[in-house]
Amino acid sequence: MDRNRLHNQVASMRRSLFDQLEELQDDTNPNFVQEVVTLFYNDSARLIQNIEQALNSGPIDFCKLDDYMHQFKGSSSSIGAKKVTNECTAFREYCNAENAEGCIRSFQQVKQEYAILKRKLEVYLQTVRQASQTA
Amino acid sequence: MNVSSVKGSMSISSSTSTWKAGDTISDQFPAGLRVLVVDDDPTCLMILEKMLIACLYKVTKCNRAETALSKLRENKNGYDIVLSDVHMPDMDGFKLLEHIGLEMDLPVIMMSADDGKQVVMKGVTHGACDYLIKPVRIEALKNIWQHVVRKRKNEWKEFEQSGSVEEGDRQPKQSDDADYSSSANEGNWKGSKKRKDEEEETDERDDTSTLKKPRVVWSVELHQQFVAAVNQLGIDKAVPKKILELMNVPGLTRENVASHLQKYRLYLRRLSGVSQHQSNLSTIISAQDPTFGSLSSLSGLDLQTLAATGQLPAQSLARLQAAGLGRATAISGIPITLVDQRNIFSFENPKLRFGEGQQQHMTNKQQVNLLHGIPSTMEPKQLVSLRHAAQSIGNMNMQVPPHGAQSSQNNPLLMQMGQQQQQQQQQQQSRGQILVDSTINHAPRLSSSMGQPILSNGIATNVSSRNGIPENIRAPGYSQTPSMLNFPMNHASELPGNSFALGSTPGVSILTSKGAFQEDVNSEIKGSGGLMPSYDVFNDLNQHKPQSWELQNVGMAFDTSQHSNSLQGNLDLTQSALGQQGFSSGQMNGHNRSAAVASKAMFSTGDVKELGSAQNVNQHLNNLLVDNTIRVKSERVCDTSPANIFPDHFGQDDLMSALLKQQESVASSENEFDFDGYSMNNIPV
Repeated sequence: MDRNRLHNQVASMRRSLFDQLEELQDDTNPNFVQEVVTLFYNDSARLIQNIEQALNSGPIDFCKLDDYMHQFKGSSSSIGAKKVTNECTAFREYCNAENAEGCIRSFQQVKQEYAILKRKLEVYLQTVRQASQTA
Repeated sequence: MNVSSVKGSMSISSSTSTWKAGDTISDQFPAGLRVLVVDDDPTCLMILEKMLIACLYKVTKCNRAETALSKLRENKNGYDIVLSDVHMPDMDGFKLLEHIGLEMDLPVIMMSADDGKQVVMKGVTHGACDYLIKPVRIEALKNIWQHVVRKRKNEWKEFEQSGSVEEGDRQPKQSDDADYSSSANEGNWKGSKKRKDEEEETDERDDTSTLKKPRVVWSVELHQQFVAAVNQLGIDKAVPKKILELMNVPGLTRENVASHLQKYRLYLRRLSGVSQHQSNLSTIISAQDPTFGSLSSLSGLDLQTLAATGQLPAQSLARLQAAGLGRATAISGIPITLVDQRNIFSFENPKLRFGEGQQQHMTNKQQVNLLHGIPSTMEPKQLVSLRHAAQSIGNMNMQVPPHGAQSSQNNPLLMQMGQQQQQQQQQQQSRGQILVDSTINHAPRLSSSMGQPILSNGIATNVSSRNGIPENIRAPGYSQTPSMLNFPMNHASELPGNSFALGSTPGVSILTSKGAFQEDVNSEIKGSGGLMPSYDVFNDLNQHKPQSWELQNVGMAFDTSQHSNSLQGNLDLTQSALGQQGFSSGQMNGHNRSAAVASKAMFSTGDVKELGSAQNVNQHLNNLLVDNTIRVKSERVCDTSPANIFPDHFGQDDLMSALLKQQESVASSENEFDFDGYSMNNIPV
């Protein structure tokens, strides 16, 4: 009962969060979504940190910033995080315009959305863990 | 053979055996397609892998470009298609794309979260066969097999065109039910080529599987043998069977010879300025076979004469012939009128390339590929057209280029021509133009006195230097003549790098590098400095038209044939146009073509860009350009020479624009790769 509930919860979370990823998960790889999410989680944390550093250290290297953001945008769009992706796009525009102020502001937005996403991911992973434990 | 033979290579295993003529592709296909995906982002990589597996493909992933390259190198036929990210830390995605195109000639799809027009255009010019925007959806991946099939089909087409299949040239590959009635070397091709392609794709991959007919690459030597046999028998009495016997080449089939003979005849006809062939050419062109039109009397004579005079190295002659043949088909149809030629050229471009591309293989395919798109075959045509033009113009001995390197003699002539051309040539055409001009100019002069050989001389000089010079030739050309003569020489030293095809490998370089060349070519072409301006030439073509028809043609011939398919188209056009207009346009075209040819890359560098097919093998381009220029002058025996001789690039403006359009549209990828398809390695001979 409990297990079922948890499982359902996981499934619905998955669906709501990652519609495409959901499709990819199947019997051959039941943990696919989980793996991807974990991967993204770790990888994006690193990227965010890099961006943060680049923004805070001395003269801003827009080129590098753009690179990091491009990567981050790629991953987040791949897992279906639309809001984060949108913020990334905005950030990149500022970056192209070499607008430091705009970049910093935009980055705050990115971080915000990312924080929301992270929380959701964490909850999801937690639920998955719980479900697997009860299974 | 039955197409349906089970290949087994495919993981599909069982399915392949079910391929039958007219049957739809095996249900299994494209399952089992071997995909290599490269992306530095682990998240994306994982997702992509999963999606690809969901599409039933066989996936190999790497997160570094170097790893990917080494995997590809150690297992050349182990993959069908590559998916690569654009932004990677260790190597730029486009660079990887180039490498793959050059070395393995596999279809490559680029991916990126970046959807800016510039980046996508870069993908196109570098030869990517597709560009996906991240996030990549699984639906997009479901269709990637089409690129593999398309490539195979084109390769096959080339293969067939080269002569293995008689009908190859004309037959539309597309026809599903096309039975290769004649020549099906492999046997009965029941299924449509498509089926074959697919089958091949799945079953045999790149290896010459039983299904796929081994491509016969008509190298210069082989072609020489062929020509010798034909001459021995007499062009009228030459029948494939007898030729085959005389040639006595193991592995060569009657069908190979038959189709080659067909092209050769067209080529000859073209050389003699048969306008009626135009229609033939059109067909041919569409077939994209740089068929060697039967060497029309003119061309044949020219070549032979040249050869006889010793000026034309046998090879060149062969090449020319080959080129001519290649182009001949296309060209033959083209009436001297530039206008017509233009049209033809567009088709012929691939053909021209052939001629030009002779460097690599006489095979049309190659040539075509080189240019990517625009039929480079223009060369033969160009030559023919040039000739015609010359004739029309006034003894312009169009023959100009081919005769090899005799160069020195014409120098004075060239110089004169150069001067004349200078004005016109200023544009990039210079090389081609110069050559053309010289040749053409010479032609009139020479024609009266010397006739063809002279032209060749002039050209020869230019040409000879080709090997290294080709590029040089171009540039200097315009500088006002005196340089003309010098160019080739001078350039030679400079260009050595460029002329990849020029003398050396018959087309091999072109083929292989396809992808790479383009880039290189472009760069090289650019490097040649003056020469490349030819790309501008395209633009200028219109303007220069009146200038030197000769030049243009020549230029066209050179460029197109060798370098880029696309370019060729342009060149050819220009050439044809030239004929009518008076070279000026032709020159431009020629140059343009060469430019185009030389590098699709050139495009990027300059005007050529329009030509687009970035794929241009840089090298090719260079070679082409060089070759073109040289070719025109002298047969340059080098591989491409024949092509040059036939400045098919008439119809400059129109051609050029057409070419340009073609090039642009032609996803270089296709063309380029096609070219590769014809690798020399496949030549059984």
